Amino acid sequence: MIEVFAVLLVTALATSLLGVFLVLKGQAMTTDAISHTILLGIVLAFFITADLRSPLLIIGAAVIGLITVYLIELVTSSGMMKQDAAVGIVFTALFAGAVILVSRYADDVHLDIDVVLMGQVLFAPLNRVDILGVSLPYALVQLTVILIINILFILMFYKELKVTSFDPVYAAAAGISTTLIYYLLMTLVSVTAVTAFDAVGSILVISFFVTPAITAYLVTKRLSHMIWLTLLTAAFNSLAGCTFGYFTDISISGSVASVSLLTFLAVFFCNKNGWIRKTLKSRRMLRKI
Amino acid sequence: MTEYAISTKNLSVAYSDKPVIWKLDIGVETGSRTAIVGPNGAGKSTLIKAIMKLVKPVSGESAVLGSTHKSALKEVAYVPQKGEVNWDFPATVFDVVLMGRYVHKGLFKRPNKKDKKIALDALETMKMSQFKDRQISELSGGQRQRVFLARAIAHDANIYIMDEPLQGIDITTEKLIIDTMKKLQAEGKTFLVVHHNLNTVPDYFNRVIILNKEIIAAGPVEDVWTEDNINAAYYEKSDESWIS
Repeated sequence: MIEVFAVLLVTALATSLLGVFLVLKGQAMTTDAISHTILLGIVLAFFITADLRSPLLIIGAAVIGLITVYLIELVTSSGMMKQDAAVGIVFTALFAGAVILVSRYADDVHLDIDVVLMGQVLFAPLNRVDILGVSLPYALVQLTVILIINILFILMFYKELKVTSFDPVYAAAAGISTTLIYYLLMTLVSVTAVTAFDAVGSILVISFFVTPAITAYLVTKRLSHMIWLTLLTAAFNSLAGCTFGYFTDISISGSVASVSLLTFLAVFFCNKNGWIRKTLKSRRMLRKI
Repeated sequence: MTEYAISTKNLSVAYSDKPVIWKLDIGVETGSRTAIVGPNGAGKSTLIKAIMKLVKPVSGESAVLGSTHKSALKEVAYVPQKGEVNWDFPATVFDVVLMGRYVHKGLFKRPNKKDKKIALDALETMKMSQFKDRQISELSGGQRQRVFLARAIAHDANIYIMDEPLQGIDITTEKLIIDTMKKLQAEGKTFLVVHHNLNTVPDYFNRVIILNKEIIAAGPVEDVWTEDNINAAYYEKSDESWIS
């Protein structure tokens, strides 16, 4: 149980940290797309290596993740459709390709669509690896490494990420490469997503990327505060969701994603500038006139 | 011959098959306050975006202080239109102004005490010190423009390029921006400003570029700011045969 929670916590922190910048850039749906299309990268890499634990799978996923982002940019910049439509087209096409390949050629291997979507974090501790004589869940080790990489990335490029998210035009004018930062971020998103969804499933990965960040966004005034509150929210959601799922014997991933929504709704309605207060205020004002 | 702060040669920009600006030869004199005026769709914003190398020209080139290289743009503080950024971004007024220092900071370097001092001074210049910890979503239009200008001042550039800085702001802010512009010009800075209010051109600027896809007239305000030139840009249908 403690190991399941550890895997969830590390996954939540690694994903939600990047989620802050995805939310600020208005790229939440792109995460959704990437979390699905990387399956194509995994499948293609699997055909080459025939090993589900090969690092090539992660590279394949990262490449397809980047191709996804690039295709979305390409379709959007043609000026013929908006970004949401572009996401819809690219995402479904690549994901469908992956589903066809899995069902046609990889029926007998453990690339189960259900597991990919729903995840089964309870099984994560079964797959183990020895580090310095200590037996640890493989997913925990992998995701801890990813978490450290993500933290380093944010620390190193903090000011670039901040200015390119707030004002990309000014950033470009000031000689900061918006494109480079964006693709670096999206590479990490792809790598994080593929590692995370193996452990917790793609639905929870998307929830982790988006929900804690959007919850923190409602109430924070500064970027640094938003990042800390996002991490705190992600940790709380994991703990509460994991506990609830464990004691009621339901899918842990489903439970964590649901708790994340409840946390968001609680903040949305009850914060000091939230929906309830705003509605009451406008009622009071209307009564006066 | 004066060295131009900004110059363009045969500069044309098109969006897909529509030309927006056509074969522009411009020289913005160092130390001038130059306005770009012209009707909607004349290509004013496109011109400064091309100078900032934010859009790719289909022909010609632009240079800053004689250099066509991208690195010369560090000499330029760019003030975009207010609407171009996400004002709900979690940042305070001070955070945004401090971004003006990023251009002087290499990779992995954070702003230091000196940068913070410069940012605070810039806020003082724009009379925004009391709002320094306010979230940017809580600012009025005029205050937002002051924040942008403070950021440009913190950048400490020699050239300022501003896209409609006086659009939708209060009269106090307008006066403050113009006074600041004149003060900085006295220190030798150059201004290139997209401007929409024709009445104030002679008061605010000493040079003007009248644009409608092509240059209608350009030069000192007292020479080229004539009714004929204004009418030519705003009221007469320009010959569009070359657009086909």
